[in-house]
Amino acid sequence: MSMVTSVREGNRLALARVLTQVENATDEGRACLNDLFPYTGNAHLIGITGSPGSGKSTLVNKLAYLFRHPPEGDRPRRVAVVAVDPTSPFSGGAILGDRIRMRDLAGDADVFIRSMATRGSLGGLAARTADVVQVFDAAGYEVIFIETVGAGQTEVDIARLAHTIIVVESPGSGDDVQAIKAGILEIADILVINKADHPMVENTERALRSIFDLALLDSSHHHPDEESLEYPSATKKGWQIPILKTIATEGVGVELVYQAVNQHAQYLKQSREWLRREQIRLQSILDTLLQHELVERWRKSTSTETYQNVLKELISRRISPYQALQILINGVTND
Amino acid sequence: MNERKIRVLIAKPGLDGHDRGAKVVARALRDAGMEVIYSGLRQTPEMIAEAALQEDVDVVGLSILSGAHMTLVPRIMELLRANHQEHVKVFVGGIIPDEDIPRLRELGVVGIYGPGTLTEQIIKDIRSQTAQNEKYLNP
Repeated sequence: MSMVTSVREGNRLALARVLTQVENATDEGRACLNDLFPYTGNAHLIGITGSPGSGKSTLVNKLAYLFRHPPEGDRPRRVAVVAVDPTSPFSGGAILGDRIRMRDLAGDADVFIRSMATRGSLGGLAARTADVVQVFDAAGYEVIFIETVGAGQTEVDIARLAHTIIVVESPGSGDDVQAIKAGILEIADILVINKADHPMVENTERALRSIFDLALLDSSHHHPDEESLEYPSATKKGWQIPILKTIATEGVGVELVYQAVNQHAQYLKQSREWLRREQIRLQSILDTLLQHELVERWRKSTSTETYQNVLKELISRRISPYQALQILINGVTND
Repeated sequence: MNERKIRVLIAKPGLDGHDRGAKVVARALRDAGMEVIYSGLRQTPEMIAEAALQEDVDVVGLSILSGAHMTLVPRIMELLRANHQEHVKVFVGGIIPDEDIPRLRELGVVGIYGPGTLTEQIIKDIRSQTAQNEKYLNP
């Protein structure tokens, strides 16, 4: 039986192995992705981001548990979690520790947790995270959590990969000027203030609320068709970003987050925003692949010797970085 | 770009709460360029086998200081086999009396490390064990 059929039929070992092939970008991995792609497009992709230690993994644990054991009236859904942690730029190794917080999900055959290292990618995700998510989608996981590395201000790649973005903040992390800087607050569909038993929580909530009120005022001048096709922007008509307080370790407030996630999915589908985000997502996947492929091709067409010679010229300051670029791309020599 | 990293699960089965050793080893393996999944404390054999499956690891390192290794290790080996993960190399670290070592080896444990083991030794063993582990074909 082929790996793809096994994955579709719910063989967990086959799934684990296909994920490895895909993560390592092998030829088999690519072939599997091609065969699995027609079955994708059904899952609700939920991005979770926020600074290190804000409680992302703990929140995922409780949220995923609720999707498995929902309040009355809701149907349990199959859940996958992709948890990304950073690769050391020095050794290339990584400690992947998100599972530690996800004990409540152990022993459930309809939950699959996979840890990924960034392997040099910036932006908060690994280069193959989008591919791994596709495999889970095709394998029939209905809700897929994508947890970014501990993110600060520029790790916003998740906005192009997920349908619903939860930004997790914790009390005492900066004043309201931090909050009006560009960055991850801009991509939130749902804002969670975790550790709500912390004494600073009122201040944090006030700061965040005032910022989102400003954003709301601003968005009234906004025309929908002027919106960036690069990133879905969160503040728009029809969806008011909920600001929710949780104590994730105890599960306090998590049911409200669960409801907000489901409401957001409904909103996306009713407003056609779902389609727009799918378009952004696939375009972003294609663009990233193009960039990688072009760099690879260039690398194959240029000898290491040529590169080293140009580098030597640059280091001895005989040519500028831009001149070095010219030479390497166009083969123009400057002598 | 075809990149294959050695993936290791470092797990603490059973009830002892001393994880300094596990963390030292995890850190050393990270510095050796491996991807290390750390399970956290008080894992059941079932949780460890499940994590090994989902993460598709090459190596499982068990840290046991409670003396319960002759109960925990056989169960974990059995579960790995039940999941068709015979190719996974299992190492045990901690306080293991000499007389238990032959039995653990018989069960398929490829390395047993007591106090004073150099992390270089563990890294070297993992590299040689996984190198001969030609990546499995279809399940």
